[in-house]
Parts: sequence; C-alpha cells; structure tokens
Amino acid sequence: MKYKSVFDIIGPVMIGPSSSHTAGAARIGKMARELFGREPEWANLSFYGSFAKTYKGHGTDVAMIGGIMDFETDDERIIEAKKIARDRGIRIKIREEEALTDHPNTARIKLGDKDGEMELVGISIGGGKIEIIELNGFELSLTGHHPAILVVHEDRFGAVAAVSTVLARHKMNIGKMDVSRQDVGKMALMTIEVDQHIEDALLTELKALPEVTQVTKITD
Amino acid sequence: MFRNVAELVELAKTHNKKISDIMIEQEMEVRNKTREEVFDTMDKNLTVMEEAVERGLKGVKSHSGLTGGDAVLIQNYIASGKSLSGELLLDAVSKAVATNEVNAAMGTICATPTAGSAGVVPGTLFAVQNKLNPTREEKLRFLFTSGAFGFVVANNASISGAAGGCQAEVGSAAGMAAAAITEMAGGTPAQCAEAMAITLKNMLGLVCDPVAGLVEVPCVKRNAMGAANAMVAADMALAGVTSRIPCDEVIDAMYKIGQTMPVALRETAQGGLAATPTGRELEAKIFGFSLDKKS
Repeated sequence: MKYKSVFDIIGPVMIGPSSSHTAGAARIGKMARELFGREPEWANLSFYGSFAKTYKGHGTDVAMIGGIMDFETDDERIIEAKKIARDRGIRIKIREEEALTDHPNTARIKLGDKDGEMELVGISIGGGKIEIIELNGFELSLTGHHPAILVVHEDRFGAVAAVSTVLARHKMNIGKMDVSRQDVGKMALMTIEVDQHIEDALLTELKALPEVTQVTKITD
Repeated sequence: MFRNVAELVELAKTHNKKISDIMIEQEMEVRNKTREEVFDTMDKNLTVMEEAVERGLKGVKSHSGLTGGDAVLIQNYIASGKSLSGELLLDAVSKAVATNEVNAAMGTICATPTAGSAGVVPGTLFAVQNKLNPTREEKLRFLFTSGAFGFVVANNASISGAAGGCQAEVGSAAGMAAAAITEMAGGTPAQCAEAMAITLKNMLGLVCDPVAGLVEVPCVKRNAMGAANAMVAADMALAGVTSRIPCDEVIDAMYKIGQTMPVALRETAQGGLAATPTGRELEAKIFGFSLDKKS
C-alpha cells in the first residue's frame, strides 16, 4: 500500500496548480535539501517525461527550487522562488532530458557547494506523494509499503550497531535493512524500513550519532 | 486495514458504522494519533477549501489568462433564476470551478485527491450543505468518506493524470465526492459504493490533455462536470440504482485503461485538446515562441 494516510488523499494543502508537478516537485526539492543538510550554492535540475514536457506551466521548476530553499508545499514564496534563489546567491540550472524513465514524473537533482555535492533521483507518484529512487548513485530498494529512514554515514565499524541500538530503544521494528557504500571507508547509506510511525525525536537522536552525517524519513 | 471497496463496505456493515468511521479509525491506528488530532488536521484542510471557494467566487484570473471568472458567471446565472439543471447542481458546479480557478492562479488549495481535481469534493460539499445543513463534524466526515474511496483508488489504480489520464484525477475525485454526498444524505455504505461505481464508470477513458501543459484547459471545466456527475450518481444510488459492475472491478478497469493509454494523452500536452490548432496557438502565445520553431 503506497498511500497509507487519508491525508495523502485529502491533502496536501499546497500552492496550485498540480499536486504531482508542483507539490510533489517541492517535496522532492525539500527532501534533497534535507539530505544535503544545508542551503546549496548551486543546484542542477534535470526533468524527465511529463516533468520535462510541462514543467513551465506547472511551476515544477519554481516549486523544486522552493523546496531546495526548504519551503513547504503551501508556502506562497514558491511563486517567487527563482528570484529568491537569485537573491540568496544560489545558481540554478535546468535541463529538459529526452531519456525515457520508468516513471513519467522523474527529476534528478544535484546540489553542491565548496564542501560537497549530492545527487538524488525522485519520482512524483500522484497527489503530492513522492519516492526517492536513487541517492548518490545508490539505488534505493524501498518497497514503499512501510515508513523508511535513510541514514547517510561514514563507512566504519559500529555504525550499523549504533543506529540499530537507537531504533531498538525507540521500540522500532526493522522490516528490511540495506547497507551500501561507495568505497571502503567512504560514504555509506543505510536504508531502513520500519513497521512503526517515525517520530522526530528518533531522527534527532540518530543525527547526533558521531558516525552519522544525515538522516531523513522518506515514505512515511 | 481495508484494501478495497468490498472490504471497506463489509467493515462498515459488520460493525454497523459509517464509511467515515472506518477511515477515521484506520487513520488513528496507522498514524498513532488521537481522534481529536485526526479531526484537527482535517479541519484545517476544510478551512483551506472554504477560503479557496470564497476567493474563487469573487473572481480570479490565472497568470496565463486562460481561465478565471467562470465561477462568477455561473453564480450570476443561478441568481437570474433561469437555470435548467437546477440550482443545487449548478451551485456545486460553480464552486468546483471556483476552487479550480484558484488552483490555476497558483492560489492555495487542498489537493482532493490532486490539485488538478481539487474542485470536485469541496464544490459538491459546499453546495449540498445548503440543503442538508450538516454540522462541522458532518462536513469533516464528508472529507473522510471521500478520502476512504480515494485511498482505495490510489492504492489499487492511480490518482495521477500522468500515470492514468484524467479518469484517474477528476474521475477519482468525482467518485469520491459521490460516495461522500451519499453518506451525508443518509445513504448506506453499500449505496456509497454504488454511487462511486456509477460515477467512475462514466469517467472511464478520460484523457489528460492540458493545453500548453497548464492545469487550466480543460481541467477547470472537467472539475465542473465531475461535480455534476457526482451529484447525479449520488441521487441515482440513493434512489436504489445499483451498478452492474462492482465498484472494485470498475476501479480495476480504470487502472487497466490508464495503462494502455498512449503517453501523448497522459499529461504530456502532446495530444488531445493540447494538440488542436487552437491549443497549439495558445501554447505558443503563452510561452512566447513561434509555432514553426517548435519541433
């Protein structure tokens, strides 16, 4: 079941005109921002499929830029997002891609500054709901059936144990867990599907772990 | 947790509850929330809907200039007393248009189930309330019942125009509204399902072909007709009319039609009304390019 809450159907409250092309785009942008952890100096947005064909009319570009600046779907500043980004000194590039993707509403976002870069691929599946299918080249194997937590961490011993200890303390049951890494000792990613609702307190505690660089919940 | 309409209706029947009760209880369980918290969130959504309709009825214009002002025209026509299809029906139509005109103008709306189809559920709710005089709680229940049916469609088919055509957006919205009207008017859970089935059957095959890729033409008028469809289907179900094809099978048919629909007719602005000479002309005018330069 991809949609779990009645508020996935009656909601979100948002700026028009399209839940998948505007609100979904804002949420993909916001997710990228959360995973990057700070305001980027530049952002490259690539749109595929229906996103590429119709983004101007739907405000997909401004919504995603708004999301990257941490705006919510109902933030009226979305309409002026390009100008606000310019004022904040964020350089934005937009590409319309021709490649065919599995989902018609697909976007690739690259964010960066002098301290680092991050890349993710998100899809907007309807009604404002989104999925992240790739992060920094890691394919995410989320079923979409359970709430999930993404933990970006350093690849070293004890990281998995530290994260699972926090989860156990919060009485969270892990349904599925993947650990993948770019290279030995470099950045790694844990994808954890859980059965229970994810509270913000849990995320805060995970973020405080020394091995952990970023935490976000993804399909709750 | 209910997976389809048959289970939803069965749950309501077995426990002698309304569809809205089943949705409210499931939400409390899944999100680990109290009844009050769940109602509070829905109350905020209802307020957004009320403000959008109010704004639309005063008259708005979209940035492209393609839409806006029709809700006002319809209200004026109702006031003239000359309407043929009836004041309540046309009131639902005008309020659906009002919401969708606000959406097209990049105003604040509540997606029900999507932004492109955000007019139908509030449009019918705010029209029917003049006849049925619901309490605030009953209005919130209207939204929970809509949500229950939308939940089934979203999980078993699609509510996205890009994935399943406009049948998945305005079609779903109209079905959701029909079921909610039926419950508010005192219909049984089974009658709610019949209203949903009758509505969705008559929206099957509806393509998503927005002119210039904007959620304006024909989206605003499709919300109008979705509202009308929902009102008539609710009346039919309340009269005792049933759908020969069960609601879940109609939803499944909608999903399969969506799967076989060409990409040109799924929100890409490559086919249908978007590809008509006038559609192309409007697109060129709005985005400032000459037609012969567009490949």
